[in-house]
Amino acid sequence: MKWLALAGGLVAVLFAAVVFGPAAVPLGELGHSPIVWQLRVPRAVLGMLVGGSLGVAGASLQSLVRNPLADPFLLGLSGGAGLGAVTAIALHLPGSWALPLAAFAGALGALGLVFRLGLVGGAELDPRVLLLGGVAVGAFCAAVTTAIVSLAEASELRNAFLWLWGGLSGASWDTVRVLLVYVPLPLLVLFGAARPLDLLVLGEEQARHLGADVTAVKRRVYLAASFLTAAAVATAGVVGFVGLIVPHLARSLWGGRHRSLLPASFLAGGALLVAADTLARVAVAPRELPVGVVTALVGVPLFVLLLRRWTAY
Amino acid sequence: MDSVLILDVTDVTFRYPKAGRDALRGVTCAVRSAELVAVLGPNGSGKTTLARVALGAHAPRAGTARILGRAAHAWPRRELARVVGVVTQHEDNLFPQRVRETVLLGRYARLSPWGAERAEDHAAVARALARCDVAGLADRWLWTLSGGEYQRVRIARALAQEPRLLVLDEPTASLDVRHEMELFELVRTLVEREGLAAVIVTHDVNLAARFADRLVLLSDGAVVAAGAAADVLRRDVAEDVFGWPLAVSSFDGRPQITPLRRPS
Repeated sequence: MKWLALAGGLVAVLFAAVVFGPAAVPLGELGHSPIVWQLRVPRAVLGMLVGGSLGVAGASLQSLVRNPLADPFLLGLSGGAGLGAVTAIALHLPGSWALPLAAFAGALGALGLVFRLGLVGGAELDPRVLLLGGVAVGAFCAAVTTAIVSLAEASELRNAFLWLWGGLSGASWDTVRVLLVYVPLPLLVLFGAARPLDLLVLGEEQARHLGADVTAVKRRVYLAASFLTAAAVATAGVVGFVGLIVPHLARSLWGGRHRSLLPASFLAGGALLVAADTLARVAVAPRELPVGVVTALVGVPLFVLLLRRWTAY
Repeated sequence: MDSVLILDVTDVTFRYPKAGRDALRGVTCAVRSAELVAVLGPNGSGKTTLARVALGAHAPRAGTARILGRAAHAWPRRELARVVGVVTQHEDNLFPQRVRETVLLGRYARLSPWGAERAEDHAAVARALARCDVAGLADRWLWTLSGGEYQRVRIARALAQEPRLLVLDEPTASLDVRHEMELFELVRTLVEREGLAAVIVTHDVNLAARFADRLVLLSDGAVVAAGAAADVLRRDVAEDVFGWPLAVSSFDGRPQITPLRRPS
């Protein structure tokens, strides 16, 4: 029933994303309109992949660091990606791939740094140090980013600012193809870690005694979730709140078992981002809001509602 | 029922990396099936470290720690989880979870990574819930349980592992009299009726003396006394270990200690 509702919602959201837009396309011509096939469909698919990735990354990271506040960007990746992107903009790197690649490189740089910080005593990943290291690396990157932006020209500044708030306007079939090849691998790694993640939520010591290979699972989950986030932030900028709110929503409906929680977070994250993006395109047409603004505007009230339910237990 | 040697710790010495001194010094103890052993000692005496080394979390510097004849730290975690069930001192409870769900996690080591739970897994969960008298709570959220109920649910999860050895690290900390007694009675019953081997690490010296078959008294990383309660809880030994004047009396044939007020 819940799955049916989720699937129904997803179909409705995807349909709306294809039908609505600044340019009116009559329903009868949807099937062969270039606006639909070259712009709206790839954009919806990209939104699905990015939102889904953020949902799954958020859910698994929350369980890994055992902190309901964790979100894919808490571990410093958004800072690194932002720094990469703004550097690309400031240096006027040419080509449509320069910005996403620079953002991806920045995210990977932050990932490596935080991972190295989180390794305590040689092999063991300490989630507390990961969290603190992520916040520190993120803050440092944000400072450098702001320094670059403050020295940039006004037009560049607007571009950088808009990019930092996230958007799917760069969507094309090429980006979709790249993500379709890239995303399944980390996704499968996380789905494969579903059972040990169930145990990890109890704490590392108890998880070990129940039979989980905690050291390996922590590394796998951290790296896979981070690679998903890096791809998401490189193609769509820093889309906040999806990775925080979607897992909580999914937990309250599907419970704590990751075999249901992770797929549900993927579908719900995708649906939420596609819906938010449609709103971002239509609300102030012909102009566009950064989709991160919409996810925050929708996400915060939802989150507050959820908080009230949580504290009512 | 023939008793089987399950846990065998011989002359174990252990030191944490970077520590200046040994946390365990020549510790020897054994646990057999159908036997309840209590590990006692003041804070920092090495109780938890002993449990960690005995269960293979750390390899000893010298001596051996064996479970069913195999070096404890050489057991793969999944295999070990089918032999030893542990209720740790702390556990996180951050995300909503129901009692039945959490007890089902005890089956992890007996499932294939991709396989779904089978009928026998659900049967084992039902049995474990019944044995710990928490079947009526199966559909409750963990958050709504009292401290005593929560501990019994955690023991049920360990029993769902179908272990031969049950290890409880300070299971009665912050429980009231009734829940404390219920917990010790439960473990005693499991040991007597089902031949389970059990180890309780506890600060509750008097309950340990009444329920355990044998006591192991640790001080400063070494075993000061081990054996029947009457041999271990002698006044001079206990006063020395706990660093406080005590009176030792007898109840039901077991020694009981009473800490004395400091003379003014």
